[in-house]
Order: sequence, then structure tokens, then C-alpha cells
Amino acid sequence: MTRLTRRAFGLSAASAGLAFAAPATLSAQTQARLVIIGGGFGGASAARYARIAFPNVAVTLIEPKTSFVTCPYGNLLLAGERTLPQITHSYDGLKARGVNVVHDWADGIDATAKTVRLRGRATVAYDKLILSPGIAIRWNAIEGYTEAAAEALPHAWIPGAGEQTTLLRRQLEALPDGGVVGFAIPPNPFRCPPGPYERISLVASYLKRHKPRAKILALDAKDAFSKQGLFQDAWNELYPGLIEWVPLNKDGKVTRVDAQAKIFETELGTRHRVDVGNVIPPQSAAKIAIDAGLTNETGWVPVNPRTFEATRARDIHVIGDANVGQVMPKSGYIANSTSKVAVAAAVAALEGRPAPEPTVYFNTCYSHVGPEYGISVVGVFRPSENGFVETPNSGGVSPRGPLAEQREQRRLEALHADAWYGAITRDAFS
Amino acid sequence: MTVPVPFLLGAAALTLSTAMQSPARAQSAPAPQIALSCAGCHGVGGAGEGSVPRIAGYDRQAFVDNWSAFRANARPATIMNRIARGYTDAEVAQLATYFASLR
Ligand SMILES: Cc1cc2nc3c(=O)[nH]c(=O)nc-3n(C[C@H](O)[C@H](O)[C@H](O)COP(=O)(O)OP(=O)(O)OC[C@H]3O[C@@H](n4cnc5c(N)ncnc54)[C@H](O)[C@@H]3O)c2cc1C
Ligand code: HEC
Repeated sequence: MTRLTRRAFGLSAASAGLAFAAPATLSAQTQARLVIIGGGFGGASAARYARIAFPNVAVTLIEPKTSFVTCPYGNLLLAGERTLPQITHSYDGLKARGVNVVHDWADGIDATAKTVRLRGRATVAYDKLILSPGIAIRWNAIEGYTEAAAEALPHAWIPGAGEQTTLLRRQLEALPDGGVVGFAIPPNPFRCPPGPYERISLVASYLKRHKPRAKILALDAKDAFSKQGLFQDAWNELYPGLIEWVPLNKDGKVTRVDAQAKIFETELGTRHRVDVGNVIPPQSAAKIAIDAGLTNETGWVPVNPRTFEATRARDIHVIGDANVGQVMPKSGYIANSTSKVAVAAAVAALEGRPAPEPTVYFNTCYSHVGPEYGISVVGVFRPSENGFVETPNSGGVSPRGPLAEQREQRRLEALHADAWYGAITRDAFS
Repeated sequence: MTVPVPFLLGAAALTLSTAMQSPARAQSAPAPQIALSCAGCHGVGGAGEGSVPRIAGYDRQAFVDNWSAFRANARPATIMNRIARGYTDAEVAQLATYFASLR
């Protein structure tokens, strides 16, 4: 095929994205159309990678927000160590790469017609759909935890435009010295397994400096958590006596909240009054995935582990937190890593080829637990017959040991964490 | 609604395979899938990011040797030892060739 012809294909890219009357435009279609719903870690990474690896595919990204506030590093904002602009990313980089960014909500998917309906009424036709819409909060799974309650007891687990995280920050600033900060932590699976414990650590570091008599009460619906040994070592070393962590088997599961009185009530009926309360609630895949009938009884989307195609619909590849990713964590890194595999598999399918092999899904979650004190967990995962497996003898957590012996390791990991944040956000948004 | 599937797929396939043969892409080999996640720390194209070293243009043999050293905890590492143990020898060879080819 000649260069001229190829350019002709390229020129049709501009018109390929939005179709206001789907049937009419579909028949005139000549270029493969990849449509992506959700411009977060998974969706933005998918869009960027698709433009680089498959320049002749038309890429449309549907995302209502005009900039993206990351969950990662939001916990540093709570500690006063980052500002909102420092964790906000624009879509200009993706636009400059030729991604057709449509700022609107996807309200529905017609998997038979292969179209996405936008809130603004337009319809977007796709050959392959990548869905990375993240999570929804299961309102009232904890009795009394409604959208209204989240205005008093923020979750700060879906950043939106940053309102929830900045609300929690303001509440911490207003906390009287000697007050109690309560955390309600959900059972597995949920977004960012180490996230609640990083948050506890960084709130503790803020309290130690600014409200030295304040205390943290962490009520957990689990008996064990990610990087537990490392976190608890750090809490003993850096914040002795400040943090009380109550596991499930000590009546740690919060089943009801009173947003007005700021009371966390547990399974056995113990009522804890807190001054600032952060409810990290049970979650499911985002609404659009549920509405499209892609989720199973767990509330998450089962997928083919090699292609991420939803088991319940053809040509819809679901990545990021929304899928059943076990044993992989719901992390930004996994969303980024799997996005590329999903895009490559989707394009291969359009070409009639099998998905490329071998495949590795990669995760690192760094956590800051205090100044110059970082820890990490690594997972190198691979697809198996019916899910995902961790590669034997690899990955794992940072070495444990007294701070005197591990000081350099912790200092370097805090630096590398910052590098990770820079690199991963560039790999998604630049 | 009916979509003219064969035509559509045919066009897509044609377009894509042309992309892969284009002269611009022939200069550096396309990134193997297993190399794509390294960018999350080492930066886009392995160019380095903050405290994490550049690995683009890394000598191929040194890469393989260092990887073995990371695996065996014979080279100081905060994290590459844990990462290195997750890849097979064949994959390491592929990674080494790819990063050596980048400028
Ligand atoms: C406090 C905290 C700390 C974290 N720290 C880390 C960390 O250090 N490292 C790490 O790897 N991960 C971390 N995570 C996890 C990480 O944020 C998520 O795993 C990641 O964001 C998942 O990516 P995603 O693409 O699935 O969803 P998201 O990044 O949430 O993106 C989803 C996007 O889809 C859009 N969307 C939703 N519905 C629609 C619709 N109907 N139409 C159009 N658009 C829609 C949303 O507006 C949103 O922009 C952290 C999470 C939290 C809460
Ligand atoms: C989570 C972050 C992270 C990821 C992901 C990562 N690295 Fe590294 N890499 C590092 C750090 C940090 C170092 C410095 C040594 C250390 O502290 O472990 C390093 C060192 C190296 C070195 C030695 C560089 C030198 O200067 O000698 C090589 C080679 C390397 N990495 C290759 C890779 C490859 C290939 C991948 C992808 C398969 C990868 N790394 C993924 C963080 C990472």
C-alpha cells in the first residue's frame, strides 16, 4: 500500500469520532475506531498508548471532567505536603497526540449496535470499546452512609474535581488538638489495598506536627491488610501511641454511621464518637458498567485475562478498577499496565490476529508513611486459564527491620515513589 | 442496524498492517509488550525519571549481567531485585535487546 493511500486513511480520522446519526456514519467508515470511556489511569494510558503504537486507529476518549485529579498523592495533600494543582492533570497532552477528547458522560452502551450514548445525546460508534470508568460507592452498604452523609464524613476515595479530598483536609485543619480522627475501612476487594493505611500514616504525620494530642481510631472490616508488617513497624517507630487499629475480630467492622453526630457504629453495636470521620466505603464497578450488564454478582466485571474483553459482551474491553482483577490489586499501575495489553489485544482482534504474547501485568504500590520514609509492594502477574496469577518467587514487600538498619532503603523508596508519580502520570497524560 | 463488517474489518486490517511497516517505525523495533510497564518508573522510553535511572541505550550484555545480579541480591537494590525475579531468561533477553536499541 502506498504512502498516499495511507495518508488518505489518516485524513478521515478527524471525522471518524462523533456520529450524531450512528447508522449513516457507520456505513461510510474506513478507519478502525477505538472508543475509550473514562479518562483516568486506565483510560488515559490506553488512549496515549493507542496513538503511539497504532497511529492509524482513530481514538476517542469520553470523559466528563476537563482535568483529572489523581487519587495517588491525595494522601500527601491531606498531610499538607501537596496542593491540588500538583496532583491535577490536563488532557492537552492527549489532545496534542490526536486523541479526540469528548468531555461528556457516557450514559449507555449498546453492545449490539456497538454505540455509546452520550448525555449530550450524541452517539459514538465503535469497533472496539475500552471501558475504564473506575469505581462506584455502594451507598448505604454501611447504613446511613449516603451521598449527603459524605458531605460530613468524606470518603475522599473518588477525587472528582478534588472536593472530597480538600473537604477532608479542611476538617483535619479544623480538628481541635486532642480530637479523634476515625477511619472506617472496607473488606476486600476495594480500590488501592494499601491506600487506607498510607492515609492513616500521613494523617498521623500531620497530627504529630500540628495536633500532638490528637488520636487516630482505625476501624477495619478485615483482619489483615497490605504491607501490614511494614506499616505497623512504621507506626510504632514514628507515631507511638497515636494510632489504634481495630481489626474485624476485635469488632472493627463499621456497619452504621450517624453523619450528624459523627458516630461510627460497629457490628456488635459499639458506638465510637469521632471529631473527623473518613469513611472508605464498600465499592463496586462504576455505574456505566453495571447499567451495561457487564458486572456479575460480585459487582465487578469478569473479563478474559488475556484480552480484558468482558465475558458478558463482545468487543468491550474492561480495564482498571472496574474488572474482577483478582489476584491483582485495584491500582493505578495495574490500570496503566493492563490498558496497553487490552489495546493491543483489541487491535489484534480487529486485524484477525491473536492477542500478543507473552503478557505481564505489572504493579508497584509505593506508600509514603512519613518524611523520608517510603515502602513498597511489587507484583508481577500473568494471565492463567481463568484469571490472574502472581509469578512465583517474585515481587513482595520492602525488607522489614529496625529503622536504624533500613533508613537508607526507606529514604530512597520515598524518592523513587515521587519518581513513580511523575513517570506514571506522564505515561498516561503526556 | 447492520454494519458492513467484512469491509470494515478489511479496511482496519489494511490500515494497521501498513502502520507496522511504515519507514518511521522501522528505525526502532516496536516495544515488546513486557517492556511497556517499565515506563511507570523509568520514564517514557526508559529515559529516566527523578531518582530512577535511565535505561534507554543500556549496553545489552551489561543489562543481562545486572539483571542476574539483581535476581541474586548481588547488586544493591531497593526494588529491582524483587522485580527481576519475575521475568524469565528469554524475557530478559528481549528486554535487554529492546532497551539497548533505544536512544
Ligand atoms: C487514596 C488513594 C491512593 C492511591 N494511591 C495509589 C498509588 O500510590 N498507586 C497506585 O497504583 N494506585 C493508587 N490508587 C488507586 C488508583 O487511584 C486507582 O486504582 C486508579 O485510579 C484506577 O484507574 P481507573 O482507570 O480504573 O479509574 P479512575 O482513575 O478512577 O478513572 C475513571 C474515570 O472514568 C470517568 N468516568 C466514570 N464513569 C464515566 C462515564 N459514565 N462516562 C465517562 N467517563 C466516566 C471518571 O470521571 C474518571 O475520570 C490510590 C487510590 C486512592 C483512593
Ligand atoms: C517500581 C519502579 C521500577 C520499575 C517498575 C522498574 N524499575 Fe528498574 N529500577 C528502579 C530503581 C529504583 C532502580 C535502582 C536500583 C534499585 O533501587 O532497585 C532501577 C534499576 C534498574 C536497572 C539498572 C540501572 C543502572 O543504572 O544500572 C535496570 C537495567 C532496570 N532497572 C531495568 C528495568 C526494566 C527493564 C524494567 C521493566 C521490566 C524495570 N527496570 C522496572 C525502579 C523500577
